[in-house]
This record gives sequence, C-alpha cells and structure tokens, in this order.
Amino acid sequence: MDVLSHYLGLATQSIFIQNILLSSFLGMCSFLAISKKVDTSFGLGLAVVFVNGITVPTNWLIQKYLLDPGALAWTGIEGLKHADMSFLTFITFIATIAAMVQLVEMALDKFSPKLYQALGIFLPLIAVNCAILGSSLFMVERSYNFPESIVYGLSAGFGFFLAIITMAAIRYKLRYNNVPGGLRGLGIAMILTGLISMAYMSFSGINL
Amino acid sequence: MSGKNMQVFTDPLNKDNPITKQILGICSALAVTVKMDTAVVMALSLTFVVTFSNIIISMIRNLIPPRVRIIVFLTIIASLVILADQILKAYLFNISKQLSVFVGLIITNCIVMGRAEAFASKNGVKASALDGLGNGFGYGIILIIVSAIRELLGSGTMMGLHIIPSSFYSSGYENMGLMLLAPGAFIVLGLLIWAQRTVIGYTED
Repeated sequence: MDVLSHYLGLATQSIFIQNILLSSFLGMCSFLAISKKVDTSFGLGLAVVFVNGITVPTNWLIQKYLLDPGALAWTGIEGLKHADMSFLTFITFIATIAAMVQLVEMALDKFSPKLYQALGIFLPLIAVNCAILGSSLFMVERSYNFPESIVYGLSAGFGFFLAIITMAAIRYKLRYNNVPGGLRGLGIAMILTGLISMAYMSFSGINL
Repeated sequence: MSGKNMQVFTDPLNKDNPITKQILGICSALAVTVKMDTAVVMALSLTFVVTFSNIIISMIRNLIPPRVRIIVFLTIIASLVILADQILKAYLFNISKQLSVFVGLIITNCIVMGRAEAFASKNGVKASALDGLGNGFGYGIILIIVSAIRELLGSGTMMGLHIIPSSFYSSGYENMGLMLLAPGAFIVLGLLIWAQRTVIGYTED
C-alpha cells in the first residue's frame, strides 16, 4: 500500500504540481504552435505521453549502465572501472530520443496503422520537443530509480497532454472575442497560459 | 559591412525578434528569467551556440545530404552545447547549478535548429555568422528585459543589488511573490509581446 501511494504521489506531483509545461516551461514552442485546434492537440499530446513513457526509462538504463561515473564496471574491463562518461549525457540522450522516435514510428506503422494515422506528423516533430529531453534530464537530476522513471515519464507526458488540451479548448472559444490588435495570437496565449498555470499551482497543497 | 548583411544582423533585434515574432525558444526564455545574472549567462551561452552552429553548418552546407540533415545539425549543436556546459561548470559553477537542465536544453531550443534550417543551410559563412549573432542578441534583449522586470518586482533587486530602498519596505511595500513563480513569467512575457507588437505595428490574424 505504501509503495502504491508513493507512486501515486509522484504521478500527481508531476502531472499537476510540477507540470512539465506550466511550471518548468518545457515544450512551449510546440504547445503554442499546435494548440490552435483541439484534434491536433489531442494527437500531439498522445504522442508525447507515448514517447515520453518509452524514452525516460530507456535513458535511465543508459545513464545507469553506460554513463554514470563507474557505471561501466559491469563490463569487467579493468581500465573502464572508474571511467566517467557523464559529459556525454546530452548527446546520448538526444540520439536515443531520435532513434526511439524512429523505432516507435516504424513499429506503429506495422502493428497499429490506426494509431499511426492519428499521431501522423507529430512523431518526427517530437524528437526536437524540449519536454522529452527535459524530462530525461530531470530524471537524472532528481535521481529517480527505474520504476519511478517509468511513472515519471508517463505522468510528465500526461501533464503536457492535459495542458495542451485545456489550452486548445480555450483558444477555440477565444476566436469569437475581440482581442486588441497587438495582443492577438501569441500575446494572449501567453497570458492565458499564465492564468492556467496559476490554477494548476493551487494543486500544490495536495499531499498523497 | 554591406547593407544586406547589416539587415541580417539588425532584423532579429527588433522587427523579426526570435521570441516575440518568430515564436522560437520560449521555454528557456521563461525558465531562466527569475534573476538577471542567470538570464545574462543563458543569453551569452545561446549566442555562442547559435553563432558557431550557424558558421559550421554554413561551411559544410553543400556536403550534408538533405535526407540526414536534421541529425547532422543535432550532432553539431549537441557538441557545441556540451562545450558551453563544460565551460560554465568550470568557471561559473553556481550559475550553472541554477540553470540546471536548461543549458542542456539549448540543444532542442528551436532558435538554434530554426536558424540552421532556415538560414545557415542556404547562405554563406559571413551572413550566417551575423544572423546567428543577431538572433542570439535578439533573444538576449528579451531575456534581460523580462528578467529585469521579474527581479525588480519579485525580489526588489537587480543583478543582486538592492534597488528598492528599505524605507519603502518599512512603509508597507511588499515584494510581489507571483513574479518569482511560473505565472509571473508567462504574464510579463505576454504583456511585453503586446507592447513590442504595438510598437512595430504587427498583428497576427
């Protein structure tokens, strides 16, 4: 029971309180560009949950068994026992993400053409989405263990999903309003995001 | 400097600013602007990365096969970011701790990728270098303005120096805690975009 509530707490924490988009500002570019329509936001959100849920645990394994100081000890080679490869973190993670996105795309195309159609052009875009790289880097910085990294990857993606859907719904209604010239588009979107982020902050009292 | 090159450099400073007009690189613009010193360091690191990635990419632009260009760009950018990160860790350790993951996220900062794709892969070395510098500075200007507003209103300081006199506090003035939190960043940037677009007379439809 204790274990379950720990993971539940971590999930609520990363979906609502430390929302990857609204409190860490990651993935803003695609968030602002895509959130004009509800159905495309749904596609992108789903793709982020999917890819994040896969790449964060994968990067955890890579960090633990290849990159951490002394991580190469399992190879049994004397010279590698104290090797510190952690300066390669960025380049390895981005390569892993790009490769995973490609793999996921091929697998989906083969086994689930329907989902592939739904995610469509968003999969390749995700390789350069900072929310994905950001959650992998946060995973390293907050030193999660393996099951935690799975929960964190999925729930950070879900937080992005929730935020982008909310925003798309609001922007849909906004079309009928008379916004002052210079504020139209990006300006009002930023202020709205600020208000949504303020609303999400009120979850911070919850402790599971 | 010829007129055209001059324009390549000055356009991104105001009229075609990467943040307020091209909508690129907003994530880090919001995250590192709680204090001015982190914003300045971040702006300098990004200027370094975007300028050198533009130079390198425009040098080898005719050798990169178009099909694999994205991964080539990413590799070049990631190597430059590792360089910037190591330099910051060596010489400015405290600030690099505060910037935490955001130095690494320069890799996926759309400004760098966007300028590589839109400009450096089609233009000469000199123009690309100027374009990189211009975009880096354009980004830096917005970062410094936003961080100045947030630091002044949020903690009453600028670059760590107290600006608001203590007599203000004793007569009931209070720092605005909201400015230090995420919503403050969004709202300040939103208002700044409004002001800038009104000045240059640009309206999105």
